[in-house]
Amino acid sequence: MASLRPTTPAELAEAVGAAAASGGRLEIRGGASKAAIGAPREAAILDMRGFTGVVDYDPAELVLTVRAGTPLAEIERMVARQGQMLAFEPWDHGNLFGWPEGRATIGGVIAAGVAGPRRLTAGGARDHLLGFKAVSGRGEAFVGGAKVVKNVTGYDLPKLMAGSWGRLAAIHELSLKVLPRPRMQATMVLEGLEDAAAHAAMARAMGCHAEVSAAAHLPAAVNDGRALTLLRLHGFEPSVTARCAVLPGLLSEHGPVGLMETGEADALWRGIRDVEPLADAETLWRVSVPPAGGCTVAATLAPHGARWFFDWAGGLVWAAFDGDAAVIRGAAERAGGHAMLVRASEAMRAVVSFQHPRAAGVMALERRVRRAFDPTGVFETGRYLDEADAD
Amino acid sequence: MSLVMPEPDQAVLGRRDAIVAALQAIVPGEGVISDPDALRPYESDALTAYRQPPMVVVLPERVEQVAAILAWCHGEGVKVVPRGSGTSLSGGALPLADGVLLGMSRFNRILDIDYADRIVVAQPGVTNLAITRAVEEAGFYYAPDPSSQIACSIGGNVAENSGGVHCLKYGLTTNNVLGVELVTMEGEVLRLGGRQLDPAGLDLLGVIVGSEGLLGVVTEVTVRILPRPETARAVLLGFPSVESAGQCVADVIAEGIIPAGMELMDRAAVHAAEAFVQVGYPLDVEALLIVELDGPAAECDHLIEAVAAIARANGAGTARVSRDEAERLAFWAGRKAAFPAMGSLAPDYLCMDGTIPRRRLPEVLRRMQQLSDAHGLAVVNVFHAGDGNLHPLILFDTNQPGQLETAEAFGNDILRLCVEVGGVLTGEHGVGVEKRDLMPAMFGEVDLAHQQRVKCAFDPMLLLNPGKVFPTLHRCAELGRMHVHHGQLPHPDLPRF
Ligand SMILES: Cc1cc2nc3c(=O)[nH]c(=O)nc-3n(C[C@H](O)[C@H](O)[C@H](O)COP(=O)(O)OP(=O)(O)OC[C@H]3O[C@@H](n4cnc5c(N)ncnc54)[C@H](O)[C@@H]3O)c2cc1C
Repeated sequence: MASLRPTTPAELAEAVGAAAASGGRLEIRGGASKAAIGAPREAAILDMRGFTGVVDYDPAELVLTVRAGTPLAEIERMVARQGQMLAFEPWDHGNLFGWPEGRATIGGVIAAGVAGPRRLTAGGARDHLLGFKAVSGRGEAFVGGAKVVKNVTGYDLPKLMAGSWGRLAAIHELSLKVLPRPRMQATMVLEGLEDAAAHAAMARAMGCHAEVSAAAHLPAAVNDGRALTLLRLHGFEPSVTARCAVLPGLLSEHGPVGLMETGEADALWRGIRDVEPLADAETLWRVSVPPAGGCTVAATLAPHGARWFFDWAGGLVWAAFDGDAAVIRGAAERAGGHAMLVRASEAMRAVVSFQHPRAAGVMALERRVRRAFDPTGVFETGRYLDEADAD
Repeated sequence: MSLVMPEPDQAVLGRRDAIVAALQAIVPGEGVISDPDALRPYESDALTAYRQPPMVVVLPERVEQVAAILAWCHGEGVKVVPRGSGTSLSGGALPLADGVLLGMSRFNRILDIDYADRIVVAQPGVTNLAITRAVEEAGFYYAPDPSSQIACSIGGNVAENSGGVHCLKYGLTTNNVLGVELVTMEGEVLRLGGRQLDPAGLDLLGVIVGSEGLLGVVTEVTVRILPRPETARAVLLGFPSVESAGQCVADVIAEGIIPAGMELMDRAAVHAAEAFVQVGYPLDVEALLIVELDGPAAECDHLIEAVAAIARANGAGTARVSRDEAERLAFWAGRKAAFPAMGSLAPDYLCMDGTIPRRRLPEVLRRMQQLSDAHGLAVVNVFHAGDGNLHPLILFDTNQPGQLETAEAFGNDILRLCVEVGGVLTGEHGVGVEKRDLMPAMFGEVDLAHQQRVKCAFDPMLLLNPGKVFPTLHRCAELGRMHVHHGQLPHPDLPRF
């Protein structure tokens, strides 16, 4: 497969412009850690790893500007050295697809809207992308947003770019909001809860003063027969201690609440973030619903031999489910959300779009917005399965 | 006034009676206002320097009516300006002489409160504060808190992506809105987002928030609510220089502390506020910093001491920690009175809203003083210090010929300065008409064209709130074709205002 690897914005504009002019197709790619998401396709690769390195980082400003091809792992190490973090807890999809870790680039992470357990309270990739430089499908270099944490000048194009899966523009530089890394993290745990009780407990915890920053539930079926409901708190030591103390009384009707040993807790949270409990799933779905809806989605899947676990206080359901896509998508819709097909056989991905179809009017509007950035469809690679109606 | 708006369409003005009748057919009863005297209250928003009575005001109550109004206006080529509570400081709701003003004030109901999912669904005319009022008994609140929160509408907040003193820790509107119902200019009703965290496809909701009423009319909003923090404490810090106050802010953040609020006032603001409300602010300071911590008592007690220590290390002469709720509110009373206090200094003021990288604060304040001398108008500064959002208040007197124009020119210079040091034109008030013509200071033609094509995707005839945000009104067909070569625009003849 042809591959282009520009290293300057001018080369990038040239590459996209030339492809667009000749009716070509380009797949924007970072580390390829998510390449197996979406329909199989044969487009030339626009490799963004020619754009690496830090452009500007002043920790006190809480803003980091990096080139898009910089590996996520490198950025995480760099901000950690300054006692900071990317608060949306981004992660590397490589694990899920049997690739070595460390390939994911920050550009890919943002373009796919990747976020971990802390997304529940700290916001997602969208909430941390302050500005960008990119080349649109028109082959034109442009900027959106800015390099300061507070800005409402013009349309919020960074929001549109985060999670756009490479359909609007090739981002080569990003400005991200960074935050202080918490001094302390503690996890409180309840054991043996059924899904419904776990949801109730998580809702209760999220609604109290304990300022729980992440809440997940691992049913017994995905955790060696041990159902665990995990509540993570972070902050300064006196605060974390005081807030942890609130939970046992508050949740007493659900059973004893204990403090989990740090090493075990960290490993569990990492596993939840990286979807390890369902690592062996052939078909993996990611269902985003209102928190209370997570339970009803699981109940629909139960008779079909599915396995699942919950993050985001129940609002994110990871499900191993090999049945009909319409079943899980229907369940997600009834719960007020949607289901993304993350991992599946080539045959399935060739016919089931990885993104949940939207209402017709919204699809049409999305299409018009895409055409605004990419009039010739140079970024429509066949990956999304809605290109047919993309004119 | 130096503002140029799109030329009114004489053909539309000529059809005014028919337009009023058509709107009355959609919204019967009191919902259509066409009497010239009754139109007067709508002639401006909170940027009162600019006034223009609308052709007609319509106040729908139901989404079907909004859809019918927009579809009809779209079919007839009539412009529409949405309006919430009219507290915009950038002229976003400024009417057009040949436009329908679509007031959303009758959309004033809270539709659902769900504590398990921690969301509120509200109609757009509900005020920001009313959302908190509706859930506070259960121990919750809605975090973004613009100072105008008793009056401004949640729909207006969505349109402006409004902030407040707590947004460093809790985010702007965009970080707290999960979904909207939107009616496009063509009259189509769409739902974007929902009650879940992630969108299914493109994040269109993300671009609706902050779109200043140009992309669609919001008819329903779903927001996240949070448990109210157990306690809040504030500390009042006086510094001998702006530099030392700025360094204190940086050091607090370097310590890993993200305060709920961090507000800086310069010497003039301190004196004006103290004269106005007498809350005991120290007057022998060049800069006053109010830092608020919230959370469990154990956290506030721990951090407030840490902040006070950092401040003393930076030379703070005053470091007063609030002992009780009354004292905490007194600390804030002065800051909150900063705007009204200007009334004792000058008949009028313009409130600017640029954001800068915080490290440039001393330089920006110094150069602002030079500009103040050059323009012959005083400036007073209040500052959301945590996130670098400046609110310079330019003092003037409209009744002195030329002073409004001088104040505007001074304001523009300040905003250009913000951009020059790496900042932006507006941190929370929006571009509206006020900063419209400055957009090229921050964005190039190609950047603006990419934004304007988003507008075209939503409103190809440019009928919704035209004349706001963008300095040049490109027809969508031109934008589709436009290619810029060597910075030369192919259509120098297009109207620019
Ligand atoms: C004293 C004072 C203090 C303020 N303090 C702050 C502050 O601390 N932080 C801050 O961010 N702002 C502040 N503001 C500015 C202002 O209150 C906000 O911008 C607010 O969000 C405007 O809301 P509104 O309902 O008054 O909207 P309006 O002024 O009526 O309209 C604002 C814009 O929103 C559009 N709009 C309104 N409703 C809708 C809708 N339903 N659908 C689509 N578009 C719509 C209008 O077309 C217009 O462009 C302050 C203003 C004042 C007067």
